[in-house]
Amino acid sequence: MEKNKDILVRISNLRTYFPVKKGVFRRTVGQVKAVDGVDLEIIRGETLGVVGESGCGKTTLGKSIIQLCKPTSGKVLYAFPDGEKDLAAMNDKALDVARKRLQIVFQDPYSSLNPAFTIFGSFSDPLKKFGIKSRTDREAAVGRLLEAVNLPKDYMTRYPNEFSGGQRQRIGIARALSVDPELIVCDEAVSALDVSIRAQVLKLFKELQAERGLTYLFITHDLSVVEYISDRIAVMYLGKVVELAETQELFRNTVHPYTKALLSAIPIADLAQKKKRIPLQGDVPSPVNPPAGCPFHPRCTYCQPICRTEVPKLTAYPTGGTAEHHVACHFALDFLGGTR
Amino acid sequence: MGTRALQKKMDQILYREQHGLLKSSNKSRALRKILANKLAIIGLVLFVAITILCVFAPLFTPYQPNSIDLRNRLAPPTFGHLLGTDQIGRDIWTRILFGGRISIFVGLGSALGAALIGVSLGTYAGYRGGLLDATVMKISEIMMSFPQIILVSILVTIVGQNLWNLMYIFILTGWSSMYRMARSQMLSIREQEYIQALRAFGISKAIIAFKHMLPNAIGPIFVNITLSTAMFILQEAALSFLGLGVPLDQPTWGNILNVAQDLTILRESWWVWLPVGVAITVFVLAINFIGDGLRDAADPTLIG
Repeated sequence: MEKNKDILVRISNLRTYFPVKKGVFRRTVGQVKAVDGVDLEIIRGETLGVVGESGCGKTTLGKSIIQLCKPTSGKVLYAFPDGEKDLAAMNDKALDVARKRLQIVFQDPYSSLNPAFTIFGSFSDPLKKFGIKSRTDREAAVGRLLEAVNLPKDYMTRYPNEFSGGQRQRIGIARALSVDPELIVCDEAVSALDVSIRAQVLKLFKELQAERGLTYLFITHDLSVVEYISDRIAVMYLGKVVELAETQELFRNTVHPYTKALLSAIPIADLAQKKKRIPLQGDVPSPVNPPAGCPFHPRCTYCQPICRTEVPKLTAYPTGGTAEHHVACHFALDFLGGTR
Repeated sequence: MGTRALQKKMDQILYREQHGLLKSSNKSRALRKILANKLAIIGLVLFVAITILCVFAPLFTPYQPNSIDLRNRLAPPTFGHLLGTDQIGRDIWTRILFGGRISIFVGLGSALGAALIGVSLGTYAGYRGGLLDATVMKISEIMMSFPQIILVSILVTIVGQNLWNLMYIFILTGWSSMYRMARSQMLSIREQEYIQALRAFGISKAIIAFKHMLPNAIGPIFVNITLSTAMFILQEAALSFLGLGVPLDQPTWGNILNVAQDLTILRESWWVWLPVGVAITVFVLAINFIGDGLRDAADPTLIG
């Protein structure tokens, strides 16, 4: 990574736990450790892909960053023009300032628009809140936003059920753009779309980023999508980041055994190219009772005694180029050196 | 009207909307949908007709509801007395008209009052959740587990029998079912992504709950209001029948039916109880038709 990188969000030791309640008196009997100690930096203008299996905490991470979920502990330091401030420590009132800068695009295009409101109706309150008082101004603003996502502006008088999934998703993007944010969390934003529409929407994301200098946190389980759109990729497993590197580096020089297994699962449309699949044994352990030591050790083919007792830290290793490769594995050096 | 025919009409509305043949489509869409529903229109016409007859009762009858005419007791229908007279010679037609005033007022008023309290509590507490929701929920459970008839007799004993007390009791016992229904609607709507999107904008809780969530729950609420209106009208009748409802000197549909306790009247003087029974049935049916129409009109997924 470049020396003078412009960090937009600095996440340190972020934990988001959900209580598990049982019995008549709703006692808390345990905690789902959805996000369990994540350190991450999001650089201004980049697309940071977050990948992982279902239930690994990637969506919760995204929601914790934009404060849709209150983090249990840890910091989300956001670079405001007047210095870094911790979003996790802000109350609702203070957060209003931040909400103009952080937005989210959701997975399900069918539940992300209010069926009782026209498109204009859905956009109206956010715009009003962020200072556009007169109705004609708001109509003009919605028109511009719809045009920005390549939809005709008279669509604003229509209801969501009149649109296709791809159109709805673009409307969802337009809504996120309505406050002119800096960071957009894309929570599986293209996963529910079919392949041709997905390509369109991904292209739209890239165009908007180029036009507006947006920063994306792109959460997905689809590795080909993340490879296409991301500058850097963070791989999550059981609430922890296990590997973090630039896209090229991660795909060329995969270090963590979990990432290797994930990448080996990408299908290749080339019969001549033979590929070794690394099937994973067993299931993801429960985030209520994560295993001691390295969270991946019960499924790892390289597991050693130290993996069962000690949690590996996310450590930066130099690569050939300028960038660093972060891995949370006790034997990262061995993998990097190719001794295994 | 068959479902298919209704859907065809809805499709036509959608077509006209999409081709810009209708102006200001976001304002009158629900209205157009309800106008396309024949049953709802029939219900509305009956409702309006009965309401007008009752509200302007003196215009439609020369008699007073409580004027006794002992020479004309239990007279069968004639031109003088359209629906005959009861056992002390009061004109039944007049009594039905004047009785409707109170019955409709009690039914509608109690349903609206219960809805106002139950729905506003349910909407806000259902969205907020937490302690507020748990508290209101417990209170509503207590209300529901308490027999209504006992509450009525307690209140009647304490404050005396009167129209307003009856309505207070209906509201007091009726809001909890409205609350539960609104709340359960909110619980499912709350997890929708459009609500999370609004939260991401930091829109205030009350605006999210009442402006953005409530319209999506309004269909079942309308149906519940209409059903409650019908239920309260019937309850008023039942309580008046027992002598616990509206005092007997005020004509209500329930009080008119009261005399049908007498077997001789039930067997020989059908005009005393049949017309008022029909009035109750028709009115309750009309309200239910309107409720169904409103539900369909408020359901945005029913079109297209």
